Amino acid sequence: MTKYEMVVGLEVHCQLATRTKLFCGCGTDGYGETPNSRICPVCTAQPGSLPVLNAKAVELAFRAALALECRLNPVSVFARKNYFYPDLPKAYQISQYDKPFSEHGRLRLSEGGKTVGITRIHLEEDAGKLLHDLGALKIDGSLVDLNRAGVPLIEIVSEPDIRTGDEAHAYLAALKEVLQYVGASRCDMEKGEMRCDANVSVRPEGAQRFGTRAEIKNLNSFKNVKDAIDHEFHRQVAVVESGGRVVQETRLWDAAKGETRSMRSKEDAHDYRYFPDPDLPPLVADESLVARLKAEMPELPAARRARLTAQLGLTAYDAEVLTGDRALADFFETAAAAAPKGAAKTVANLLSTEMLARLNAESLPPSQAPIAPEHLGRLAGLVVAGTLSSKGAKDVFARMWQTRKDPVELVSELGLAQVSDDGALREWVRQAVASNPKAAADLKGGKDAAIGSLVGAVMKLSGGKANPAAVRGLIKEAVQS
Amino acid sequence: MSEDLTRLSAVRLARAVRDGEASAEDVVRAHLRRIEDKDPQIKAFLTLTADAALSQARAVDEKRRRGATLGALAGVPVAIKDNIQVAGVETTCASRMLKGHVAAYDATCVARLKAADAVLLGKTNLDEFAMGSSTENSAFGRTANPWDLSRVPGGSSGGSAAAVAARMAPLALGSDTGGSIRQPAAFCGVVGLKPTYGRVSRYGLVAFASSLDQVGPFAGTVEDAALAFSVVAGHDPMDATSARRPAPPARIPVPADLKGVRVGLPREYFVEGLDPEVERAIRSAVETLKSLGATIKEVGLPHTKHAISTYYIIAPSEASANLARFDGVRYGFVDRGAKTLEEVYEFTRGAGFGPEVKRRIMLGTYALSSGYYDAYYAKAQRARTLIARDFRDAFAEVDLIAGPTAPTAAFRFGEKTDDPVAMYLSDVFTIPSNLAGNASLSVPCGLTAGGLPLGLQLIADAFQEERLLAVAGAFEAARACLFWPGESPGNPSK
Repeated sequence: MTKYEMVVGLEVHCQLATRTKLFCGCGTDGYGETPNSRICPVCTAQPGSLPVLNAKAVELAFRAALALECRLNPVSVFARKNYFYPDLPKAYQISQYDKPFSEHGRLRLSEGGKTVGITRIHLEEDAGKLLHDLGALKIDGSLVDLNRAGVPLIEIVSEPDIRTGDEAHAYLAALKEVLQYVGASRCDMEKGEMRCDANVSVRPEGAQRFGTRAEIKNLNSFKNVKDAIDHEFHRQVAVVESGGRVVQETRLWDAAKGETRSMRSKEDAHDYRYFPDPDLPPLVADESLVARLKAEMPELPAARRARLTAQLGLTAYDAEVLTGDRALADFFETAAAAAPKGAAKTVANLLSTEMLARLNAESLPPSQAPIAPEHLGRLAGLVVAGTLSSKGAKDVFARMWQTRKDPVELVSELGLAQVSDDGALREWVRQAVASNPKAAADLKGGKDAAIGSLVGAVMKLSGGKANPAAVRGLIKEAVQS
Repeated sequence: MSEDLTRLSAVRLARAVRDGEASAEDVVRAHLRRIEDKDPQIKAFLTLTADAALSQARAVDEKRRRGATLGALAGVPVAIKDNIQVAGVETTCASRMLKGHVAAYDATCVARLKAADAVLLGKTNLDEFAMGSSTENSAFGRTANPWDLSRVPGGSSGGSAAAVAARMAPLALGSDTGGSIRQPAAFCGVVGLKPTYGRVSRYGLVAFASSLDQVGPFAGTVEDAALAFSVVAGHDPMDATSARRPAPPARIPVPADLKGVRVGLPREYFVEGLDPEVERAIRSAVETLKSLGATIKEVGLPHTKHAISTYYIIAPSEASANLARFDGVRYGFVDRGAKTLEEVYEFTRGAGFGPEVKRRIMLGTYALSSGYYDAYYAKAQRARTLIARDFRDAFAEVDLIAGPTAPTAAFRFGEKTDDPVAMYLSDVFTIPSNLAGNASLSVPCGLTAGGLPLGLQLIADAFQEERLLAVAGAFEAARACLFWPGESPGNPSK
């Protein structure tokens, strides 16, 4: 039986994280706001209005391209893509066609993993959206909301290098991470800030030629992408196996039914009549701007992960969690720098447990945590030095969150310092052994697990302040004697 | 003032208002009376904003009473071609498509006129969406040439040209994509300036062909044209194609002679098809330039013969996209009988646009189609480069180019409406300047035996408007060629 492989290329649209639209001064924050509250003569295509390019959008697009190792073309050209639809006010979309601003990049999916080529990235404006009802109120016909019209997008087109649904998923995750890292896009899929179309074809394993591809649209989550690709692969294999031919067409993913269905065939494809937009001069990649952006390019997540594991001894898992968000990783590095040598792992633990839980609970970004990273570093120092138990650290962290105070101050304020004083500990151990004779006997008889209840008793007597490591030693000493 | 205020130049009127010799209200009332008297026959205006004009005039007078400094066009009435946006005023582009459409904002050139204390009288007729050379393509009726009511005023800015020629406004704005300011200026015996591409902001000018469109003034005198140009010109951050050049000075001194000025006569502009009467007038105008001290030299613009076909690829291509926004969804006409989305587009555009506009949308859509793009659009762009290079080579030898504005004087209504190509040929001498993006103007240079005005076209390299206006001013002074219909030529009243 012939074995088949899938060949997938992805086209990803990401909204650039600008304050204003691509060609006018309207805000890009219109998602979920009153329809048509972010519009002006330009983005509603009033007669006589003209586009003026947003310099910040260019900067963010260039940053994305540099992070994806693309070549920036010295001159690129905006083109009009002509088609009629009510959400497209000018009846053409300003995009880039045969002269995009960047080409020939690549993206590594994971440490030591596969690299997917980036064919091109181009700048374009978003369309508005159609409303078919107003909440529960059904309306006759459709309404148009142009809040999104003119919002800046980059379209990132990959090479057909992806071979599995999982690879597609990994590609999107890596792409999102990189774009967020360089501040080019927030990539919030729920708000439509990251959207994906997939070109899928199949061929017998080992074949050189590509099969006929279908373009799948309406993929609004990473999982959808993976599921749709996997489903489409099986559909195409079934077509080929039954002696049929895959036709070039656009298909729509129906997540509810878990299947793709035909939307339009190649014959129905638009002739977009692209031509250079005479309203916009060619975009010149200014050398000093590019030099500045290169200088400002942050360490990208893959490189950072490698450094954190090698230099600070973090596990791959911890490094992954911390670098998943640039602000979180920055927070970690500042905290680790303020912690004593060797405490990085403890800092990572505190961050990935206590802090992430709090941030999630309160829906805060790391930059808005009410805790200074230096304080977290010092808290880890207190744990490593044995001054605080892990339970104590948890309590202090909670107080830090509320009061923004230095943990050293809080420890003395709360009297939480762990007791390692020999005399006090021996007295608690004596009482614990005396009141738990069975456990003491079991331990003496070789049942090591019995020590747990004795340690627990000591912790209870000490109000949680006894140093558990020291207590264990003293209990063993006491039962043997 | 006892003088007829409609006989004064814009420069003179602004001075009178600033000095308190006349109130802005008096100036405006005089022109409104003239409109009431003349426009029923001429029909230059599509919309008259008399009340707004009077209140603007009173605001100017009030400003003067307060002792504030008045702008360069204090109290000067201006007519605006109806493809330029004036906030709160209907802007129709002489199309059913925009009947009743009230502009949401001011075009930059309009905002600058207002800031200079000019008073806007109303909106003037044009060929629908500026597509035409006679103003006969207006959906709202034709405008008559004030010199002969059976003839066209030229186009597409026929209303603006006729308004100035009939003394209904001392100044008007038009737009010129292939000759739409210069040709009607020649037909109506007034001065019309097409500035360098990018010199005047296009923001608020309803786009016909974006790489060719340019806003410019009509005036009775060269000096008035220079004043109006200085007010509307200059960089505009709202137009990405706007040149980063400061506005030129409001007053350009008229040189006493033209010694040292080299004037080129393109041999391609004196060819078959040029009316002998027009040719005689232009040769005589050239003699005047020579008598002022200019040196005259023949030059070649060898690609002129390709200008019309190049233009009729590029302009319709851009228009096909520019006019796609008129889809019945957001503003303007919509056919209420449409049941489906397809029908909304089909019925709205089918009934909203006139035949010439449809012809050009079809031409442009075809030229941009997949498989035809290289043969038409891309090739036309290469031809455009060659035409621009012709001018560059010529301007290495001469300072200015002189020639006819149009091959004939104003023609009769209906004479060319059945033959689009004959109509297109009336722009044969004006189109090259748009394709090259340089500066050009038409200045009156005499009358035909039948009493119709003729225009001398002067073309200068890009951003050489000052030189262009200085030479035109010297010519005008030497020829005493300000004239009104039915009156003897004379010097403008300054």
